[in-house]
Amino acid sequence: MSTNITLLIVMGVLFAVGIYLLLERSLTRVLLGIVVLGNGVNLLILSAGGRRGEAPLYRSALDAQEYSDPLPQALILTAIVITFAVTAFMLGIIYRSWVISRADVVADDDEDLRVSQQSTFDFEEDSPVPEDTTEFEGEDAEPAGNHPEKGPHA
Amino acid sequence: MIDAPLTAVSFAPLVVALPIFGAALAFILRRKRRTQRLVTIAVLVITLCLEAWMLATVWGGGTYSVTLGGWAPPFGISMVVDGFSAFMLVVSSIVSLAVLLYATSQGMADGDEDGPVSIFHPAYLILVAGVSNAFLAGDLFNLYVGFEILLTASYVLLTLGGTTARIRAGTTYVVVSVASSLLFLIAIGMIYAAAGTVNMADLAVKLPEISPGTQTVLHVMLLVAFGIKAAVFPLSFWLPDSYPTAPAPVTAVFAGLLTKVGVYAIIRTETLLFPANQLSEPLMVVAGLTMLVGILGAVAQTDIKRMLSFTLTSHIGFLIFGVAVGNQLGLGATIYYVAHHIVVQTSLFLVAGLIERRAGTSNIERLGSLAKLSPLLALLFFVPAMNLGGIPPFSGFLGKLGLVQGGAELGTPVAWALVGVSLLTSLLTLLAIARVWNRAFWRKAEDATDPDPLLLVGVEAARGATYDIVANEPASRYSDRGNTALLPNGMLAMTAALVLVGVALTVFAGPLFEFSDQVAGQLLDPNNYIEAVLGTGQGVR
Repeated sequence: MSTNITLLIVMGVLFAVGIYLLLERSLTRVLLGIVVLGNGVNLLILSAGGRRGEAPLYRSALDAQEYSDPLPQALILTAIVITFAVTAFMLGIIYRSWVISRADVVADDDEDLRVSQQSTFDFEEDSPVPEDTTEFEGEDAEPAGNHPEKGPHA
Repeated sequence: MIDAPLTAVSFAPLVVALPIFGAALAFILRRKRRTQRLVTIAVLVITLCLEAWMLATVWGGGTYSVTLGGWAPPFGISMVVDGFSAFMLVVSSIVSLAVLLYATSQGMADGDEDGPVSIFHPAYLILVAGVSNAFLAGDLFNLYVGFEILLTASYVLLTLGGTTARIRAGTTYVVVSVASSLLFLIAIGMIYAAAGTVNMADLAVKLPEISPGTQTVLHVMLLVAFGIKAAVFPLSFWLPDSYPTAPAPVTAVFAGLLTKVGVYAIIRTETLLFPANQLSEPLMVVAGLTMLVGILGAVAQTDIKRMLSFTLTSHIGFLIFGVAVGNQLGLGATIYYVAHHIVVQTSLFLVAGLIERRAGTSNIERLGSLAKLSPLLALLFFVPAMNLGGIPPFSGFLGKLGLVQGGAELGTPVAWALVGVSLLTSLLTLLAIARVWNRAFWRKAEDATDPDPLLLVGVEAARGATYDIVANEPASRYSDRGNTALLPNGMLAMTAALVLVGVALTVFAGPLFEFSDQVAGQLLDPNNYIEAVLGTGQGVR
């Protein structure tokens, strides 16, 4: 299978730019990254179809080898439609995020921060259990709470 | 195939088409809420009946394919119905129907005649169509389209209402999903360049002819793309971040279905496209890490929904473990465990929604007394929770037992290590569940920090208290509650129904295990699949 070197270079540039933008924190750049990456992938599928040939419309005189492969083009059309829908939705989200918080960046998760900052000591689980909880009055049992520090050594 | 006699399987495309038409209709009817609900429920019931019929057809074994548009495979689009896909379809439809009825009951209880959620029913139907399409897809590109349909619907459902928290979570979710979809699309492009086809049956024949190095690259790319969707360890962090902010029914249906579609795709990849188990060991390591990291995250959470999201990712590890083991025992147990996990995890999220409704919060620090206030709610939490923790005799225990047996049969050191990790994970799951149980249900609400007034006094008195608060602070967190029913019967009934389905998985474990074992055998012999799609005499192995 032969590929077009120009297409390969363009694809490489698109992927590099797309991934760089995707890693940004600004939402608009992330969206641009997705669009650029999507185009890179479309080119990749196009070049997966092999060398170019005649338009894939049936003509009785033409040998089957002469046509270009129509399947990747069909796949690309579908992919373009999907990318279009996702881009529109992302724009909606970005606008909403702007309306709500006047920010164009990916926000931190408050609950995540809280969990990461919570102490390892848990009041209910880790506080010491009082030892003397017996309710039976014996000759050697003393009222609980008088000397809780003694515990088992008493 | 075109002249094939009309059977249940001939209606397979309807399983995808009906919900899409239903969605269009529901969208047109968005002003007439009652009709819209009726249409949505009717469509799901019909779909479920069709799927049950399909499952009955393939119950004894056999794989059928439907070719669309009259183009012969491998060029046309095929939909393949075998035991595995029919089983997944039925389980997913039962769950989505139960969640829909729950959501409908919630909506009716709140009287949201002009609420912002008129888009809920259409989006929900599109989601169901996407899931069905992914389960039925006979070629990789159709699988991609199925994924995109369900993901796009899930974007809408996750950001329903567009509140700050949901937009924040939705952004992460959308970007991660888009990245995984692009990766999947790249993999499809490369596979087409290497093998000249995207039909899965055709690929099963042609992929072994490619050089092993290229095969490994393609294999890894597919696994990474599906791994993001299934929330497998290094790729799972988006899930607990985004799921808990959505409305309870949405989180429940996501937890039940979306990750399992990823797992389904991984199982197909491992059994049909790359059946040689080359990546079995790395997959096992990843499965172990998925279980451990997930469950350690769950133990640290104080919010029930977040805790459940972490157990969700953790238990995906069990499924990947079964796939990685790759023998009939392990695979059979995986198929049973998928069904168990879909049902149990969804019911737990529904219960979390009920808890949130009853107590005004899902933070366990602020909960208490629930066992006394609503014994039914406690029971509905207790049964699936014990089931998730793998306590005998529940289905969680049976599934884990099967997985452990599969691992023991393989007997490699990594497999044994995984058996250990899976047992440890079960134990930690129990710990996480017990924390929720002790605080939310057993302790007195007086011991909680800042408990909701609804937990401290009787229902009627609490209503009065809530009214006072709403009157004084209209913008407080009680303002959306007014006179709505605290625990509507419909929501309770649907949760109970799903919990009962979970119990039924235990009661009918015998025939189900027999079935899943037979399905595993079918999966391990790709010739069934290949011959069903391409015609007899095409199989290679």
